[in-house]
Amino acid sequence: MSAAAGATIDAVVDQVDIVADQVVSLVLRRADGRPFQPWQPGAHIDVHVGDGLVRQYSLCSSPDTLDHLRIGVLHVPDSRGGSKAVHALLAGTPLTISEPRNNFPMRESRRYLFIAGGIGITPLIPMLEAAEAAGKEWTLVYGGRSRNTMAFAQQLEDRYGPDRIRIIAEDEVGRLDLDQILGMPRAHMLVYACGPGGLLGAVEERCMGWPPGALHTERFVASTLGAAAANAPFEVELARTGTTVTVPNDKTILEAVEEVGVRVLSSCRGGLCGTCETPIISGEPEHRDAVLSEEDREAGEVMLVCVSRAAAGCPRLVLDL
Amino acid sequence: MTVTTHEANVLGEDPFETANLLDPYPFLGRLRDAGAVSYLESTGSYAVAGYQEVYEVLTDFETYISSGGLGPRDIRKDSGWRPPSILESDPPIHTVMRRALTGVINPSTVRALREPFTPPAVELTEQLAQRRTFDAITDLAEKYPLRVFPDAVGIPDVGREHLLPYGNMVFNAFGPENYIFKQAFAQGDEHAAAVMRNCQRENLDDVGFGAQIWKRVEDGLITEQQATLLVRALLSAGVDTTIFGIGNTLSVLARYPEAWAQLRDNPKLAKFAVDEALRLESPFQKFHRTVAVDTVLGGVHLPAGAKVLVFLGAANRDPRKWGENADEFDLNRNASGHVAFGMGLHQCVGQPIARLEMEIVLQQLLQRVATIEPDGAPVPILHNVLRGFESLPVRITAA
Ligand code: HEM
Ligand code: FES
Repeated sequence: MSAAAGATIDAVVDQVDIVADQVVSLVLRRADGRPFQPWQPGAHIDVHVGDGLVRQYSLCSSPDTLDHLRIGVLHVPDSRGGSKAVHALLAGTPLTISEPRNNFPMRESRRYLFIAGGIGITPLIPMLEAAEAAGKEWTLVYGGRSRNTMAFAQQLEDRYGPDRIRIIAEDEVGRLDLDQILGMPRAHMLVYACGPGGLLGAVEERCMGWPPGALHTERFVASTLGAAAANAPFEVELARTGTTVTVPNDKTILEAVEEVGVRVLSSCRGGLCGTCETPIISGEPEHRDAVLSEEDREAGEVMLVCVSRAAAGCPRLVLDL
Repeated sequence: MTVTTHEANVLGEDPFETANLLDPYPFLGRLRDAGAVSYLESTGSYAVAGYQEVYEVLTDFETYISSGGLGPRDIRKDSGWRPPSILESDPPIHTVMRRALTGVINPSTVRALREPFTPPAVELTEQLAQRRTFDAITDLAEKYPLRVFPDAVGIPDVGREHLLPYGNMVFNAFGPENYIFKQAFAQGDEHAAAVMRNCQRENLDDVGFGAQIWKRVEDGLITEQQATLLVRALLSAGVDTTIFGIGNTLSVLARYPEAWAQLRDNPKLAKFAVDEALRLESPFQKFHRTVAVDTVLGGVHLPAGAKVLVFLGAANRDPRKWGENADEFDLNRNASGHVAFGMGLHQCVGQPIARLEMEIVLQQLLQRVATIEPDGAPVPILHNVLRGFESLPVRITAA
């Protein structure tokens, strides 16, 4: 995970709760007692976990209450320090963090389907709240190994009811039945999925039958469970044009490149048709489209710039544009 | 919430009248000016021709469904002339078919076609560059897709002569049962039977898109019948459209010599020229959707069961979207967002193939032809829903 950019804040751990097997929730306040800056669903903070390590954790509190932030952290036995260090924290411990930043912004639509795998539930919690407050039609399907490993499952069910919140515990009813969950695309429905790569790969494959652009994913890689880095800003150098543009968290490469007047052919603008395929000269992409083959993804020679971005830890892509 | 609605403007003109088919744009302009939603007396359907309304109908696939068929009749009530295709299906049936097809036709698999698709274009354009005049339709646009596309699907040589007549039937059936329709269906059974034979697993080669689709049956994703229908969809939707796409592009470029010169200087712009030509002269001009539940569009109440005729070709020339020069070809225009391939759920699966074919032909022609201009009036084809030419005589100078 990349190092934190920008200013840090001195915070204090206000409360530590065990919210599920191997999952703790931390409530953080600013050491100076002031409120945090406003943030939107999908946001995360950097947490300096010691030894120079920085981890990103999605916020799962409400954007309406800025006097504290809540994060949920899964303990991963083989992780390189991050979650272990966080699990060792006690109430009252000082902690260095960043202001909230949003790399997984929620786009406006008429309907939402949220899919969470395990600790991937965290960034979705504020999204559910926002969808509910805006009177949208929405459901959450939340899968995990067993109920006692699934953080916040009971609270969510109590708050929104079992019609909206579908808890799928593998030891009770088996795995998420994605064919059923994603078998019936709805018009103007966005799918926000968050969880481990295996789940998201399966979700992506099924979304080939959905309209372009319906799916938004946040991959929680095994080593950094609880981290959110989806849309970190990065730079794109346009080799043929000879300019460099910054791609901010709320824009795609395509949008950023078009803004400086460089032509890229596009059609669906949702990672499905392949029209915007662009050769990569250097840098590592994170493929977010639904259609490139495994070989293409691994080769990393082309990318669909209407959805895909730079991989975490790759600050600069050089494209043949 | 109460929504105030008004009656649709009633239009007496018939979009399927010969004059309006041969030269659609004056009528489409009047239709756009008549209001967001019109009612067409001649067909008993509603019509949308503005970009915004067309976009809304295409993307709200729950309100404006495809399973009623793309023609003027509701095939749910009144079964169609053939089992419904992917084009005539809604989720969840559409969903599995689309997944299967996208798994087979996607940027990765289509990229591999550039190599086999190039030599036939080289050969055809080399021959044509030696002539001073030729017919861009019969000598090129009609020849090229038939040389490359059936091989990509992997169908046998026998029966290929039925592809064009069959495509002609399929698309004309998206219009009313007029004399054009009847002509297209004259030897209908024979063409349909021949094409269906080529959709069977045993008649397809082992590597083409056809075989790949059948593999999805083994994976359990689709049924054998669905595999047959998907191969049929490729064979019916993939030939005529591309022929017209190539022909229309050349019809436009023959009228814009400065654009040709600019393309010669910078052949990398070929794909943008194709895109802008698709906007301006969209091969697939119009089709119907069916209203699933009572709804309001552009202030007009549309009852469940009504048919809506969606004019892609008019949306692509809507000045509110494309500016005052919407009727002009502009190589510098960003044409992205045009709906020549549709939009949303049903957006053309074959788009990468069609773009590849069109770009290759244009690039090869640009290499060998210094100037191209009309050599007499082009002859537009009489077709219910497609826009194209039967003949497009051009005069060239070789490079
Ligand atoms: C320039 C050439 C082409 C044009 C203008 C075109 C246009 C279109 C349009 C407008 C649609 C959407 C119809 C709707 O929304 O109901 C469509 C769908 C489709 N096209 Fe194309 N097409 C072209 C080439 C091709 C090719 C080469 C293939 C075959 C490989 C193909 C196969 C299909 C299929 C199977 C669908 C149905 C997709 C679905 O329902 O999900 N098309 N095409
Ligand atoms: S524009 Fe369709 S994949 Fe990017």
